[in-house]
Amino acid sequence: MEDWISIGYLLSAALFIFGLKKLGHPRTAPFGNQLGAMGMLVAVVTTVVSMELAGNAQWELIIAGLVVGSLIGYWMAVKVEMTGMPELVAMFNGFGGAASALVALSEIQKYISNADLVPDGLELTVTMIAAGLSALVGWMTLTGSLLAMYKLKGGIEVFGKWIRTPTWGPSWLNPVKVLLLLSVFVMIFLSIEEPTNQNYLWGIIGVSCLLGIVLVLPIGGADMPVVVSLLNSLSGIAAAFTGFIIGNSVLIIAGSLVGASGLILTFIMCKAMNRTLLDVLFKSFGGDGEKQALTRTKVGSDPDEVAMMLDGAQKVIIVPGYGMAVSQCQHAVKEFADLMKEKFDTEIKYAIHPVAGRMPGHMNVLLAEANVPYEQLIEMDEINSEFPECDVALVIGANDTTNPAARSGEGPLAGMPIIDADAARTVVIIKRSLSVGYAGVDNDLFYMDKTMMLFGDGKAMMTGLNTAVKEI
Amino acid sequence: MTPEFLIANITLFLLAIFLGFELITKVPATLHTPLMSGANAISGISIIGALIGSNVAYEGGSTALSGLLAFVAVVLAMINVVGGFAVTNRMLNMIAGKKRGGA
Repeated sequence: MEDWISIGYLLSAALFIFGLKKLGHPRTAPFGNQLGAMGMLVAVVTTVVSMELAGNAQWELIIAGLVVGSLIGYWMAVKVEMTGMPELVAMFNGFGGAASALVALSEIQKYISNADLVPDGLELTVTMIAAGLSALVGWMTLTGSLLAMYKLKGGIEVFGKWIRTPTWGPSWLNPVKVLLLLSVFVMIFLSIEEPTNQNYLWGIIGVSCLLGIVLVLPIGGADMPVVVSLLNSLSGIAAAFTGFIIGNSVLIIAGSLVGASGLILTFIMCKAMNRTLLDVLFKSFGGDGEKQALTRTKVGSDPDEVAMMLDGAQKVIIVPGYGMAVSQCQHAVKEFADLMKEKFDTEIKYAIHPVAGRMPGHMNVLLAEANVPYEQLIEMDEINSEFPECDVALVIGANDTTNPAARSGEGPLAGMPIIDADAARTVVIIKRSLSVGYAGVDNDLFYMDKTMMLFGDGKAMMTGLNTAVKEI
Repeated sequence: MTPEFLIANITLFLLAIFLGFELITKVPATLHTPLMSGANAISGISIIGALIGSNVAYEGGSTALSGLLAFVAVVLAMINVVGGFAVTNRMLNMIAGKKRGGA
């Protein structure tokens, strides 16, 4: 019978592998997702059947758990607005990490309640190390993801008062992070000697939770996509460690697959900012110094002026940024694109910077929600050559990703690949103010003669612009 | 747990990590979010551990606490799995639906 169970797990692992592979290509992605779901189903059914065959399944508890979890998960997934997607993914991720850590905790609790169950020799060492690491990564993922979720939301409502999620990371916090990590390793080591000592257990959990918070707290802005995908990778690693505790191959395989693919995505994000992962985690962007003071001014334009300039434009490239996500103006942007196409037969394209927004692929999801055709979303490397021949670059709430200072090789932005919006004949920028972006560097693009600034909320400005274009 | 079993598990672990690196090489930006949330749903595989754990809790004279923890783990993992796949599916339909419909 054991063989059949192993084959079930093997099938499920194979489905995960094919699923992930297919998720990487646009055409096959929906199928890849279904393969993954099927793999999960096979794994769950195999487990349940094996428990039934062993004759000791606690059906009430298991079915209750499965049903409650499925209903909550499904309800959240269906109900969520596309704009709330990053938060939801971050939260699911935290739950995954917590589930792995809880399995580890439940396993150790068993030893504590009944010392006869404590294994010895190699098994004890492996179990305690795996349980410790699973707890470390799992709890860290939970608190880190939840904090990331509130950072993506921008704040939290407590008793009717809106409290902004802080971004705070003095440089003395870095040695603290390392110290916390080391203390967890020490506690794991000690717990091998004394597996039933509750103090180590709660110590590891507490410090790991704290570690997740101090790791995410200093991170904000364009670094968010990096940390979100890193947390995704960690939740996989936690599952793999849990696999070592219970000696289950499919947990190890699926967990490390997710861990590795999440890490790849993390590196893609890092590369898009020309920063290393260590820089993101330990060096806050823009250094500890004061944000550059603004000395220059620029006269703002109004939507009517911009509309007149847009009259008869042949080609417009829209450069969305986090500001579009905040003001949720993607539908107004799409309406603008349709208007331009209808009135002047303008060619519209969208330039997508890999780290625009607060999550990998954030802009793509928002624009897809507004029914923007997939073919019009062009990645940075491809579209940059098209700017010199484009009449207008319309930048909506993007700052650092268009800052020409990145080319200069100096300052915090040095070497970061950017969107060459400054190469367009005219640049229109919708932004609340001239203030600096996350990197704390003043943006020369704002002050160029060919640049028109529309100061204000993204949605209000886009709506105004649409009205003005209609009236031409 | 024999040393052979441990070595076999470590081998699986390392090979799967290499495979994961090779599997995802060049992903278009449009798929970054779906890939992340799909992979995230797969990391809910700890549901297996939670199921086994909630069961084992009743075998060896273990405590209710251990069973309760495993039960919570089942719920959380299931939210992660079902929610993750459902939300990924929603996103992908949105992206793929666009392609079929043209402009």
